Amino acid sequence: MNQVSVERVENDILLIRLAGRWQLRGGLAPSGAFERELQALPVVRRVAFDAQNLTHWDTSVLTLLTRVSDVARQRGISVDPDGLPPGIRQLLDLAQAVPEPVGARKEQRLPSLLERTGAGALGVVSSAKDMLAFLGNMTVTFIRLFGMKARYRASDLWLLIQQCGADALPIVTLISFLVGVILAFVGAVQLKQFGAQIYVANLVGVAMMREMGAMMTAILMAGRTGAAFAAQLGTMKVTQEIDAFATAGFSPLEFLVLPRVVALILMMPLLCLYADFVGIMGGAAIGVGMLDLSWTTYMQQTAHAVRLSDTVGGVFKSAVYGVLIALAGCLRGLQSGNSSSAVGDAATSAVVTGIVAIITACGVFAVVFYILGI
Amino acid sequence: MTALTGNGAKPHIAVRDLTMAYGSFVLMRDMTFTINHSDVFIIMGGSGSGKSTLLRHLIGLNEPAQGNIFYEAQNFTTADPGQRQQILRTVGVLFQGGALWSAMTLAENIGLLLEEYTDLKPREIRDVASLKLALVGPKGFEDYYPAQISGGMQKRAGLARAMALDPGILFFDEPSAGLDPISARRLDQLILDLRDSLGSTVVVVTHDLASIFTIGNNSIYLDADARAITASGPPKELLEHSQDPKLHSFLTRGGT
Repeated sequence: MNQVSVERVENDILLIRLAGRWQLRGGLAPSGAFERELQALPVVRRVAFDAQNLTHWDTSVLTLLTRVSDVARQRGISVDPDGLPPGIRQLLDLAQAVPEPVGARKEQRLPSLLERTGAGALGVVSSAKDMLAFLGNMTVTFIRLFGMKARYRASDLWLLIQQCGADALPIVTLISFLVGVILAFVGAVQLKQFGAQIYVANLVGVAMMREMGAMMTAILMAGRTGAAFAAQLGTMKVTQEIDAFATAGFSPLEFLVLPRVVALILMMPLLCLYADFVGIMGGAAIGVGMLDLSWTTYMQQTAHAVRLSDTVGGVFKSAVYGVLIALAGCLRGLQSGNSSSAVGDAATSAVVTGIVAIITACGVFAVVFYILGI
Repeated sequence: MTALTGNGAKPHIAVRDLTMAYGSFVLMRDMTFTINHSDVFIIMGGSGSGKSTLLRHLIGLNEPAQGNIFYEAQNFTTADPGQRQQILRTVGVLFQGGALWSAMTLAENIGLLLEEYTDLKPREIRDVASLKLALVGPKGFEDYYPAQISGGMQKRAGLARAMALDPGILFFDEPSAGLDPISARRLDQLILDLRDSLGSTVVVVTHDLASIFTIGNNSIYLDADARAITASGPPKELLEHSQDPKLHSFLTRGGT
């Protein structure tokens, strides 16, 4: 156990006795007593140490000693380290060898509410500016793409198409089948009361085609692919690969962002159509298995209920969602900082931005489609 | 610009009154120096003095807060993006970790530049890539991805990529960082060989004393506290004649 005591000798010398085992695990000795003693009258002129009974020590003793000597130095009291073991003296010198640069220490104070609100508001403005600049640059990049001037590697595009197309099929199958099943269940319970079970087919068909197919796929892809884009680009920033592209004269927007956006624009509609189909199969499974409808009736009813415009509308929406997911993922990736935690933040932020953008767009579409009567 | 040097050497890069800043924080101010053709020019300084940031300015990854950078007689700082790309085609950069594009094999890394900026056929590109790899070391590793080879090898492959277009200027960011002493020495030798045989100008950012004295024939020293260039000249002369205690202690690892 660490033992420490303070004693006055010759009126103006403070003798600090250290004894026992000093270990960080055993806790630090409180330094308050010394600081009080150093300030007490009569005035202390010198601090000395007695460490004869100190059996074991580690940096716990140093923490106390640096604190004591800092306070002593501030008050112009001399510290006489002769009574300390040589090892402690050496480390103490080491700890005090480098003067702290002025202004190096971080201010440890909680900013006021007003300050935080202000900083937050300014942050919103600057991030909105960044986003607009990015969108502007991407528009220019797309114009170059249509003018056949954009440079990117075709093999990258094919790989990305595979990654965000075919590779996503299993999870899209699972989720959209279950969404179909859930919709059918919810509908069945209500419609059974009126003996109108057959309308489960309408409910599932219309809901999947108009909204759920596109939206579920989009949210799934935001989590699956949007986050991956952000993590890839973020890591490329950390490893300076993006700098290397820039100095080699390849625009990262053309080379990295463009193929990702194109891949998702191409694949999202296909995934959406597939999700619509699988969702209807999920509904049919419930209709046939639990509501005693036949396959033919169910499918006929579905075909009757769903209009072409529902399907086309859903597919169109999914393409827009694809653009939003890819842009959100790439923007956050390119904005990422230079550390592993920053890449993690970028991936998180990509998913959040992506989903917010999807839901907002979904709301806008709902209003526009209503007005247009689609 | 030629008038600025007295000894008849031709200036390749000239930096005039360059001030580097992050927002309102000024990192270095009023830097003026000239890098001549076929120099091995060392940018040295302690950690955090802004050596790598200076390199980023020289290759246009950061914008100067003030001042200008000239390549030959052309002002790089005020050039439009097209002209900048023209200038950058004469430049090769070896980044600290190699910064090889991880989605491509070594041959593709080098080939990408050749594909873009030359009219070579795929077969020829492959041959040039193999040659560049053979020149710097990782011969026979053409079809490996960067993650499959060691850090030292990645660095050499990064150098092969920097040399892909036979640039007139090669920039090295901490070439010896993360290399064992022997590999670091071999890389130093390689830098000298490339300068001698290809006549390239070489700019090296480093704090590795062994490299500084072995390869450098001109240098500047960035002082983080003074926020300015406090010394310039051939490293060996700086060691002999410098009166600045901070520079002297830097060049002697804190000795006397």
